[in-house]
Amino acid sequence: MIAAVLSGFALALVAPWVSHAGRHKAGWALALLPAGLTAYFAAALPTVAAGGAILASLDWVPALEMKFSFRLDGLSALFTVLITGIGTLVVVYSGDYLKGHPRLGQFYAYLLLFMASMLGLVLADNLITLFVFWELTSVSSYLLIGFEHERAEARAAALQALLVTGSGGLALLGGLILLGYTGGSFELTDLLTRGGLVRDHALYLPILVLVLAGAFTKSAQVPFHFWLPTAMEAPTPVSAYLHSATMVKAGVYLLARLSPVLGGTDAWAVVVTSFGAATVVLGGVLALRQTDLKRILAYSTVSALGVLTALLGVATPEAAMAGMVFLLGHSLYKGALFLVAGAVDHETGARDVSRLGGLRSAMPQTAFAAGLAAFSMAGLPPALGFIGKESLYEAALHLPGGSLWFFGAAFVGSAALVGVAGIVGVGPFAGPPVATPRHAHEAPLGLRLGPWILAVLGLAAGIAPGAAGQWLVAPAASSVLGDGVQIKLALWHGMTPALGASVLTILCGVAIFAARTVWPRLLAAFDRAGRWGPAGWYDLGLAALNATARIQTRILQNGYLRVYLLTIIAVTVCLTGYAMVNRVDVPLPAAWPDARPHEWTVAAVLLLAALAAVRAPSRLAAVTALGAAGYSVAFVFILYGAPDLGMTQFAIETLTVILLVLVLYRLPRFARFSSTAARVRDAVFAGTAGALMTLLLLIATRAPLESRVGTYFSEASVPAAHGRNIVNVILVDFRALDTLGEITVLALAGIGVYALLRLRPKGG
Amino acid sequence: MPSLILSTAARYLLPLLLLFSMFVLLRGHNEPGGGFVGGLMAAAAFALHAIANGLDQARELLRFDPRSLIGVGLLVALASGMPAMVAGYPFLTGLWGTLSWPEVFKIGTPLAFDLGVYLVVAGTTLTIIFVLMEE
Repeated sequence: MIAAVLSGFALALVAPWVSHAGRHKAGWALALLPAGLTAYFAAALPTVAAGGAILASLDWVPALEMKFSFRLDGLSALFTVLITGIGTLVVVYSGDYLKGHPRLGQFYAYLLLFMASMLGLVLADNLITLFVFWELTSVSSYLLIGFEHERAEARAAALQALLVTGSGGLALLGGLILLGYTGGSFELTDLLTRGGLVRDHALYLPILVLVLAGAFTKSAQVPFHFWLPTAMEAPTPVSAYLHSATMVKAGVYLLARLSPVLGGTDAWAVVVTSFGAATVVLGGVLALRQTDLKRILAYSTVSALGVLTALLGVATPEAAMAGMVFLLGHSLYKGALFLVAGAVDHETGARDVSRLGGLRSAMPQTAFAAGLAAFSMAGLPPALGFIGKESLYEAALHLPGGSLWFFGAAFVGSAALVGVAGIVGVGPFAGPPVATPRHAHEAPLGLRLGPWILAVLGLAAGIAPGAAGQWLVAPAASSVLGDGVQIKLALWHGMTPALGASVLTILCGVAIFAARTVWPRLLAAFDRAGRWGPAGWYDLGLAALNATARIQTRILQNGYLRVYLLTIIAVTVCLTGYAMVNRVDVPLPAAWPDARPHEWTVAAVLLLAALAAVRAPSRLAAVTALGAAGYSVAFVFILYGAPDLGMTQFAIETLTVILLVLVLYRLPRFARFSSTAARVRDAVFAGTAGALMTLLLLIATRAPLESRVGTYFSEASVPAAHGRNIVNVILVDFRALDTLGEITVLALAGIGVYALLRLRPKGG
Repeated sequence: MPSLILSTAARYLLPLLLLFSMFVLLRGHNEPGGGFVGGLMAAAAFALHAIANGLDQARELLRFDPRSLIGVGLLVALASGMPAMVAGYPFLTGLWGTLSWPEVFKIGTPLAFDLGVYLVVAGTTLTIIFVLMEE
């Protein structure tokens, strides 16, 4: 199973070459992997449906008991089949959709990266593993939305999606860590049996809020819904795959997955259900405002995600069952309709529904797939969408406490869904033909295959609901509830109130469809109000962030080296000085040190050189004086038993002088730029810093020289590291990792200097 | 102001200084020395040659672009940590061979690591010096 997850990453790495070698047919070759994975996960369905879970794990950070562990149970199985199955179709579809695109190979790589991340997310058993894959899906979504990065809109949309889901991800990380500590384990397998422990814990509410923040941002729940329609800047296969069928359901997956642990409380029921219900209504209404095919679909996806969230908030067995049926149905018909929208856009050059019509004669096969998918979306029998809607109504009507508002939201959402199904699935193909920017003709096989298969599956699953129910839906619902579900799916429920509601829904939906030209104009009146909505907050927040960064940069990174130096020295002096004044009594030497004459000489040279450097009349003199001071320090090292330091210091001083001379060569003549006041200020700072260093040295030398670390190093040096030079042994053996970090920094600094000096704009 | 004495001396000093820098690198494990100071010395040797005989000659003698020395050095240091992992120890654990020159050096992964340090230091310093001289 681990290999199955990682294989996607491996293929993503080589996808650009495969794409290059395979030209137009590469999509078919690349689709073999997701197809194979679909078969692999489908083969596991019987085990999972019998109630078993398949586990696999690798040690990751054993010291922290962190494992790279995976678990395939009913819920994961439903998602894995959707991810790999739709993934196969989308890879094939992309080959024709982006035919001839110069960066098609890169596109495949991102798409496969996403698929593998999403698989990891729904299979992860360890919370941290789950989080890593969660973030990887955000990153790959960012890359895919911004795929056409030449366009500013695509870049802005990608950034928005990343920032919204990324900040949610940060909250989620906090939530998962708290969850792991309160539950006493980071493995979901353990946590699923310890729900009571977590729910009774004082930290339950913070955990819930943080986890919900992650789930709601990812699954575009109100008030975070705005990023999803914006993300329609992505190429259409991406919208179909990530932003309707799979990734946006990651939040729903998380809710479903953690439902046995966090669910069942009043807080869960109220918060999750009400956010979900609000999303259902808002998404449904906003969908009618749009005229762009993809944006209509995006808002209806928001609405559908709201349905799923609301159902998970309720969490009765009926609701769980309804949620999983709805999820399966939605992925099939929405994926199909998005792919149809892409095909229409690709073949006609238009995606505005008010400019599309009569395409049934030009694109008969696409029209058929669209009609079939719309049939399921509208919830007409015998498609799977019908069963989904029926079970939604059943769950709403059987809710204890007679919550009429939940039923109301479900009704509004479903009616809007019927209307949208008509607008998207029927509208562009019915009526008299309308002239389009490109001469309309049937889409190539790759663009037809996906919609066809998904639409037919949606119908087939509706006609024979037993199989889908037994293998996919019931096991998934069992995972959500934490115990087995006995409900069977059926097309015909008898003359129930739900059936009556369905009929009423369809009538309302047909009315919405009939009046489809009215809605955009009617709802456009509220556009101004929308500017004060969450999308407006996002813009404000982003602007404020940028403004803060600008101001802070102007103050802190003002480009004056002398200010940086002053700041660093002042901060060091203040902090260290404060600590010294408060904690340490400064020892003053009782008598003059008993030094030998040559030591006095070195000290005198050092002082004189420092003075000369300050008073030097020219740069060259100053550099020479500094070099003399440096050499004197090196002598001190050698005199007091640190030959390594001394040698290095000599070499460094020599090279510094060479470097400075090379730089000075290019500078204008030496002039006195600073005022006397500035010089006095500098002198004060320099003097204080020097005094501080002196005091530090006095304190440091008074402390006992023999430390345990030092003793350890000197004792272990020869036996453990075969070296007598302790300094070097520490550098290359005991603390080699530190040294590796240091030489990396050194290398970066070198490259940085090179870049600064050589890669300047021409004439700059 | 080209100086014949300096330019001739630098020509002979370069191999000597390079040899010495290698010596310093090798003896570093037991006596004062090591990759860092060795690398600085190698850089100083080439800097001296560049000052005395011109940048082009120095570049020609070095053969490699100093920037590639940085990369190679980092790779060598990184790779020297790998054998330990293969042998089942933590990354960068020192492994020692049997080949040695008593009192001077022994062959082992820490020596390879030090060689990496030597190359990075020499490469970085020379990159900066050369680019400054070119300006």
